[in-house]
Amino acid sequence: MTPRYILRRLAQALPTVAGIIVVTFALVHLAPGDPIVALAGESGDEAHYRFMREKFGLDRPLAAQFTTYAGNVLSADLGTSFVHGRPVFSVIAERLPATLLLMVTALVVSSAVGIALGAVVARRPGGALDLGVTVAALVGYAVPAFWLGQVALLTLAFGTGWFPLQGMTDARASNTGVEAVVDVAHHLALPALVLAASELAMITRLTRAGLLQELGKDYVRFARAKGVAPGRAMVRHALPNALLPVITVIGARVGFLFSGAVLIETVFAWPGLGQLLLSAVRTRDYPVLMGVFLLVSLAVVVANLVTDLIYARIDPRIRYR
Amino acid sequence: MPASTPASATADRPAARRGAWRQLRHSPTGIAGLALTVGVVVAGTLAGSLAPSDPFTTVGPPLRGPSAAHLMGTDDLGRDVLSGVLHGLRTSTIVAAVAVLLAGVIGVVVGAVAGYRGGRVDDVLMRVTEVFQACPRFFLAIVAVALLGAGLGIVILVLGFTSWPVLARVVRAEALSLREREFVEAAKALGASDGRVLVRHVLPSVLPAAWVMISLLAASVILLEASLSYLGLGDPNVMSLGYLANNAQGFMRTAWWMAVFPGLAIVVAVLGLSLVSDAVGDVLNPFRSGRRAEEAAAVPGAEPAGRLDR
Repeated sequence: MTPRYILRRLAQALPTVAGIIVVTFALVHLAPGDPIVALAGESGDEAHYRFMREKFGLDRPLAAQFTTYAGNVLSADLGTSFVHGRPVFSVIAERLPATLLLMVTALVVSSAVGIALGAVVARRPGGALDLGVTVAALVGYAVPAFWLGQVALLTLAFGTGWFPLQGMTDARASNTGVEAVVDVAHHLALPALVLAASELAMITRLTRAGLLQELGKDYVRFARAKGVAPGRAMVRHALPNALLPVITVIGARVGFLFSGAVLIETVFAWPGLGQLLLSAVRTRDYPVLMGVFLLVSLAVVVANLVTDLIYARIDPRIRYR
Repeated sequence: MPASTPASATADRPAARRGAWRQLRHSPTGIAGLALTVGVVVAGTLAGSLAPSDPFTTVGPPLRGPSAAHLMGTDDLGRDVLSGVLHGLRTSTIVAAVAVLLAGVIGVVVGAVAGYRGGRVDDVLMRVTEVFQACPRFFLAIVAVALLGAGLGIVILVLGFTSWPVLARVVRAEALSLREREFVEAAKALGASDGRVLVRHVLPSVLPAAWVMISLLAASVILLEASLSYLGLGDPNVMSLGYLANNAQGFMRTAWWMAVFPGLAIVVAVLGLSLVSDAVGDVLNPFRSGRRAEEAAAVPGAEPAGRLDR
């Protein structure tokens, strides 16, 4: 991976970031009525309106307004929440950890289990287990995340009582030490598993396809011929190559994980970004709304960028075309 | 000359175009998918006459389980769940059809032009495609609904205008490979204009590959619409499967049927479209899984095979 590749890949991400800022700016101005309402709320407070008009230069031409807006966004000034009365940045930062915890757990669980399952299935393509996984993958894609959550609630939480129903913590549990960690983990288990389940199928399928392709190649056959055990040939020789497409996908999954998290947070009343986003929609807290949208969009861009760089690092065949 | 070597320029066209339907008929999963999809479209189109009652009208006692009178039970307001599901399928069908039509036209045109013209045109179009692809559809739809108001039209427009990039990429790859083929060169040598070559020769040949993507897009649009209405962001005047699931949330303990049937309807609709997509893909390229993995490995940041961001 050359510095040149890194620079070009970074430069490639710039138009995307610019595009995202243009879209949010356009949305604020497309909204019916005075854009000041979208920026300063429906408070009707003239002094505040005047201050915000000044800040965003709403009496100046559209191009100048855009420059101001883009400048604010790029300096992480996302405005002030109407409802919370605090900078949007800090409101979001407060909710982000809960969502990240959910997403990262789901990402790790689905990747680890999916790769293992893919390897097991690839040992006997066409077998009963393989068929089962293929069917599960198809159905897994068709099941909406929120419905899977509802069914899990219905069966595993209401039915067996193994899991808590809602929220992130139990009010009766201690909020320090080991007990607090166990409490959060207990609340996390079901939503994280549901979010992971919808990812699992794809990871398994991708690992299986990659392995089947690699297993037929000369270097694997050579390894087997010189006496490497089948399991070792698969894990040590074929798997690292088979996992390349899986890594590519991880970057593309960040956007999906965010939208899945929003839905699953709603099912399980998980106090993260999703809850914040929905309450912002209900209370017409536009700066928060825009802030979450910008954050998710930028996260997707950064995730793709990082994936590409990791990819170029581990696979020297990748060169910028 | 071996049979696999094309004897003429016409025979060089992707074999998949000929007899694709015939082959699809022999794929049990393809038939099943087609049956499910047709069933959903018919149920949605005829919802008005099939549904026992108006989905918003109280017709019986509240929160009753499935019975002969109400096959899927009644909700908290005594509304017939079956009628809600049928009208919800109608909404899903309309949203998917219109949004995918929009995305299909944009995606096929952008992809075909980019792949066929190549060079600067390709570069510019692909940069634009990347910008749209990076835009998280689900969140953009939430913001648009919040700012512009909850309406079916807005949801359709947002999903339509943001769903085309994957399609454009697939069509572009296909058009790129066609550009050098003999039948295209033959047409050019005969003096056909770029426009004519595109419309008469490139478009028909990229369409089969586009279909794989289009049915997946329809599936993802159905999931997105349901997810939006589940969050309470759907059109309040239109019945939707997501709205039904949202409404069920408060009655999980007492009325399982309120959550289960609308969810199953979504699963059936999406599963049908995915099966069709898989079957068409298999017909087009029997070695698809292998080729796709290779493609994914060759293009950093490429779209995961056969899977779309919801």
